[in-house]
Amino acid sequence: MIAAILSLTVLGAVLGIILGVANKFLQVEGNPVVEEVLAMMPGSNCGQCGFPGCAGAAEAIVDGSAAPTCCPPGGKALASAIAARLGLTVDLSALGDDGPKIAVVSEELCIGCCRCSKVCPTDAIIGAAKQVHNVFREACTGCSSCIEKCPTEALVMKPVPITLQHWVMPRPLTA
Amino acid sequence: MGFMKHFKHLFGNDWGVHPEDHKRPAADQPVRVMPLPARLYLPLQQHLGGPARPAVLVGQQVKKGELIAEAQGAVSAPIHAPTSGTIVAVTEITAPHPSGLSLPAIIIEPDGLDEWTELNACADPFALDPADIGKRVAAAGVVGLGGAAFPAAVKLSGAKRSSVTTLVMNGGECEPYLSCDDRQMRDSAAGIVDGIRIMLHATGAAKALVGIEDNKPEAIAAMRAAAASFSNVEICPVPARYPMGSEKQLIQALTGKEVPADGLAFDIGVLVHNVGTALAVRAAIREGKPLISRLVTVNGQCMANPGNIEVRIGTLAEEVIAFAGGLKGEGLGLARRVMGGPMMGMQIPHWRVPVVKGTSGILAFDAAEVAAQAPDPCIRCGSCVKACPMGLLPLEMSARIRVEAYDEAIGLGLKDCIACGCCAYVCPSKIPLVQYFVHAKGELAAQGRAKLRNDATKKLAQQRQDRLAREAREKAEAAAKRKAEREAAAAAKAAAEASGQTQGQTQGQTQGEAA
Repeated sequence: MIAAILSLTVLGAVLGIILGVANKFLQVEGNPVVEEVLAMMPGSNCGQCGFPGCAGAAEAIVDGSAAPTCCPPGGKALASAIAARLGLTVDLSALGDDGPKIAVVSEELCIGCCRCSKVCPTDAIIGAAKQVHNVFREACTGCSSCIEKCPTEALVMKPVPITLQHWVMPRPLTA
Repeated sequence: MGFMKHFKHLFGNDWGVHPEDHKRPAADQPVRVMPLPARLYLPLQQHLGGPARPAVLVGQQVKKGELIAEAQGAVSAPIHAPTSGTIVAVTEITAPHPSGLSLPAIIIEPDGLDEWTELNACADPFALDPADIGKRVAAAGVVGLGGAAFPAAVKLSGAKRSSVTTLVMNGGECEPYLSCDDRQMRDSAAGIVDGIRIMLHATGAAKALVGIEDNKPEAIAAMRAAAASFSNVEICPVPARYPMGSEKQLIQALTGKEVPADGLAFDIGVLVHNVGTALAVRAAIREGKPLISRLVTVNGQCMANPGNIEVRIGTLAEEVIAFAGGLKGEGLGLARRVMGGPMMGMQIPHWRVPVVKGTSGILAFDAAEVAAQAPDPCIRCGSCVKACPMGLLPLEMSARIRVEAYDEAIGLGLKDCIACGCCAYVCPSKIPLVQYFVHAKGELAAQGRAKLRNDATKKLAQQRQDRLAREAREKAEAAAKRKAEREAAAAAKAAAEASGQTQGQTQGQTQGEAA
């Protein structure tokens, strides 16, 4: 009885010390999974997820405090890729309920102050000083950081129009 | 091996379904030619590929056959005025599509003269260069008239490049209710055979096999008589079975070769065209006429007077039905409106959509034909597996798609699905299997687009950061340069002042001395 307790205690203590030493000397700097997830993300640091940037969001997703669906520009494709990498199941139907949106300039209100183009993370706004600005539909990620900079409220977020090329047949109702 | 074919069903070669064809009496009615409607609505996208770009202005007068929208991109087709008249608008109209979305279209008001523009006819097509035939077919806006509306010239010139040996002509018309190909083969067999010979010349293929389902004996007889004097055009009756008119199935039935998964018919030296397309190619080459009208089958239990009608492209379905004799009982029994065939055609929201180049039929079904029923759970009977012409497992794929496990569905062969609808047709639980597959394909395409967009965003964000870094560096360099220049200038000034002082002193001294 005493021999068994002693031997197990000694074994436990020795293994514990080994683990402790290994933890000190073999420690990995940073989490490689976070870096992998970060590489998947759009990288525009737009802040729509509520984190300071894509790195913050990646960290939060990996430690579980944020859902893989938190990145609006990434959409369903990114959410399912991250979920597959982390082995999570996600409810993709929650995404895109009101659809993606992009910024649109009202020409009659724009005064050409250039404040919006300076903050756009993807350089999606074109226009010179005192000229009406415009948004490249293809490059806009819908981060809406330009909206609050506009002094005349010429910029508004509008849903991306659904065209015949983008229409997807709805899923049939299940039995 | 001959006796083996009696045992084919034992080896899983028993694909497809045998729906009631409902082709007669519509197929036996002579073709009626529809007069000009009040207005013609010509969508800019009537074909697969890039939409056409308008080449006319509102208010402009056009002649019949004049180009009104030009092809845009490598896979596209131009659009021509179906009659002479005035362009009244370029605007959005409802698309002949289940989504009910709109698409841009050119609207023409006919002047009633129906006056042809100058046509570039060719008396001897066999003296033309094959590449020239491709160009003329492209300029005439000919697309596949079987339903998919793929630009015909793209296929013809592609076939020449990939040295196709066999031209398979699709006269299968396996979709129930439709009989426009049947009617054309009966009425214009000589023209179709001439078109086939022009296509053979254009592609360099050695022979043409015309597959016609054996439920069309009149068409087979007419085509045999027309092709009798040409050894390189062979008429091959095939068993009536849906989807015999699908490209891959028809190739296998006629040549015994199988198109590889992720491959094209070109890969095994075959090119497939519809028989109606052959007639359009002939008109484009021999008479220089662009594709401005087509034969449309008007059918379904709700149709008062079913038959085949020659219709100008751009005529509203509403007006075609009115000309055909209207709907029975003023359309009170109408349960579903379909453009194309009942198996693969498109359900449309209302009749105010135009006939386009790919419209083979306008069908009005009553409730008994639609037989709508809420789906029951899958009983795993395997009927869909037996029916699938591609040898897939529809029940397994739909179970995966239901839980959005698209990757697993792809592993089961989702990309090989041709969306023929056999599985949904035979399902005793009435599960909308093919709708699942069409939905999944659309969803995968949307995810692919999102991925591309994501990559582009990443690149743009990186470029912006690089640009900002470069600008900051250039600014710093410029500032440093200015500072250096300023210092150099100050030093020079100081030196100049110093030397000026000494000079002034010496001058003063000399002056003083002189004084």
